[in-house]
Amino acid sequence: MFDWLFMDEWFPKFDWRWDYTWEILPRLIEATGNTLIAAAAGYLIALVLGLVFALAQRSQSRVLTFVVREFVEFVRSTPLLLQIFFIFYVGPQFGITLSPWVSGMIAIGLHYSCYLSEVYRGGLDSVPKGQWEAATALNMTTAQTYKRLIIPQAIPPAIPGLGNYLVGIFKDTPMLSVIGVAELIHTANAIGSETWRYLEAYTIVGVIFLALSLPAAGLIRAFEGFVRRRLGM
Amino acid sequence: MEDLSGFPLKIDGENSPMVSFRKVRKAYGSLVVLDDLDLDVAAGEMVSVIGPSGSGKTTVLRMLMTLEQINGGVIYVDGKPLTHMEKGGKLVPATDKHLRARRSDIGMCFQHFNLFPHMTAIQNCMEGPVQVLGLSKAEARDRGEELLELVGMVDKKDQHPSRLSGGQQQRVAIARALAMRPKVMLFDEVTSALDPEVIGEVTNVIRKLVSEHNLTMLMVTHQMGFARDISDRVCFFYGGKIEEQGPPAELFGNPKRERTQQFLSAVKEAI
Repeated sequence: MFDWLFMDEWFPKFDWRWDYTWEILPRLIEATGNTLIAAAAGYLIALVLGLVFALAQRSQSRVLTFVVREFVEFVRSTPLLLQIFFIFYVGPQFGITLSPWVSGMIAIGLHYSCYLSEVYRGGLDSVPKGQWEAATALNMTTAQTYKRLIIPQAIPPAIPGLGNYLVGIFKDTPMLSVIGVAELIHTANAIGSETWRYLEAYTIVGVIFLALSLPAAGLIRAFEGFVRRRLGM
Repeated sequence: MEDLSGFPLKIDGENSPMVSFRKVRKAYGSLVVLDDLDLDVAAGEMVSVIGPSGSGKTTVLRMLMTLEQINGGVIYVDGKPLTHMEKGGKLVPATDKHLRARRSDIGMCFQHFNLFPHMTAIQNCMEGPVQVLGLSKAEARDRGEELLELVGMVDKKDQHPSRLSGGQQQRVAIARALAMRPKVMLFDEVTSALDPEVIGEVTNVIRKLVSEHNLTMLMVTHQMGFARDISDRVCFFYGGKIEEQGPPAELFGNPKRERTQQFLSAVKEAI
């Protein structure tokens, strides 16, 4: 009685070609490498800059605190795509001409560093005041206190939040396709426009994103546990 | 700015005190916590500070450790100003650099231990000597093990604080403070957060320090019996001032002021 569900005319165009799939797979796997490199490089920039921004917002200097806070707010309130375009297309008018890769990494790194700085801030705030007092009693400098005591204790509680943004940055790398970085979406588009077959390329890209994103949450949790054990916390 | 011309640039002489509070004021807004406090502690003396909560007793230690700034007066340590420094023959508020130089004479133990949770007991004891005093790791380790031995914690030296009981953590904290070789040790209600059955292991360590080491000590405590046992002098604080002070036998045995009598009888009833 459910025969109508499986009638051919429901899927007139659904014709998946395996031979074609195998043909384009190597190119997409190569592009996966670029996507991973873009995500990793952007994330590294964001990890470092995010910490710098978080520390700057806690500094004694009111000017520095104000400037950084407003900058973070500005970046968080404007689209990443606009920032990518701005750096790549408007930069040259100011004499800053950067390759797609460099522009993309700066844009994505800067964008995410503003989100990560908030995560770091939460971690830094979670370190009890008594740790600062103990550091003063040992006559440690502010820099020593941050480096040896506060940052190491701020990292473990920040790992879940930092990890979420790793997945986020990974899923945002397709935006780099608009300035010509040969990551997954860019490559899938290229394949599609060559043959007018989009089904296989886009499906593979989806499967690749899924396969890489899904285990990330578990890995991040495991990493947090590992760090906590290492620090004896 | 406050006129400090009445305060000496330094305190000289044979019997000059190790710690001297001169007309020290501290207020949070309109709440006066220390009201022109004068307090001298001689070198090697053990002074206990008792009093009702809110009387300013913990504030005394926090000022001396420079965890908070005073609003008036001057604190001297070892004859030299701590909260101020000399500039052109006058006392001016201390810079961070001055505080760092003068603070090294003082060590402190806290009610909640404040050990570094990501470091083992020995690493806690090595942190200050290596980072601040510039000792080599080997020297700092030797010194740390010696002090952990003193507090009876050397067999747990590679444990993180989360694996130690409160009493054990507090003993490590004492070793950590001593590793900086302070001249003055401050104990801020170090047994208040402990289970009753482990208080003894911490008080015994302090007892040992009193009898075997020539440290100047200032202790805020609720343990009246302990204060009576080991102090050279007990100060009863009330309303940001010293209401009464004297040798423990006298203050506990024959308190003269009415507020002291009230406080001591209230404490006795609680036991």
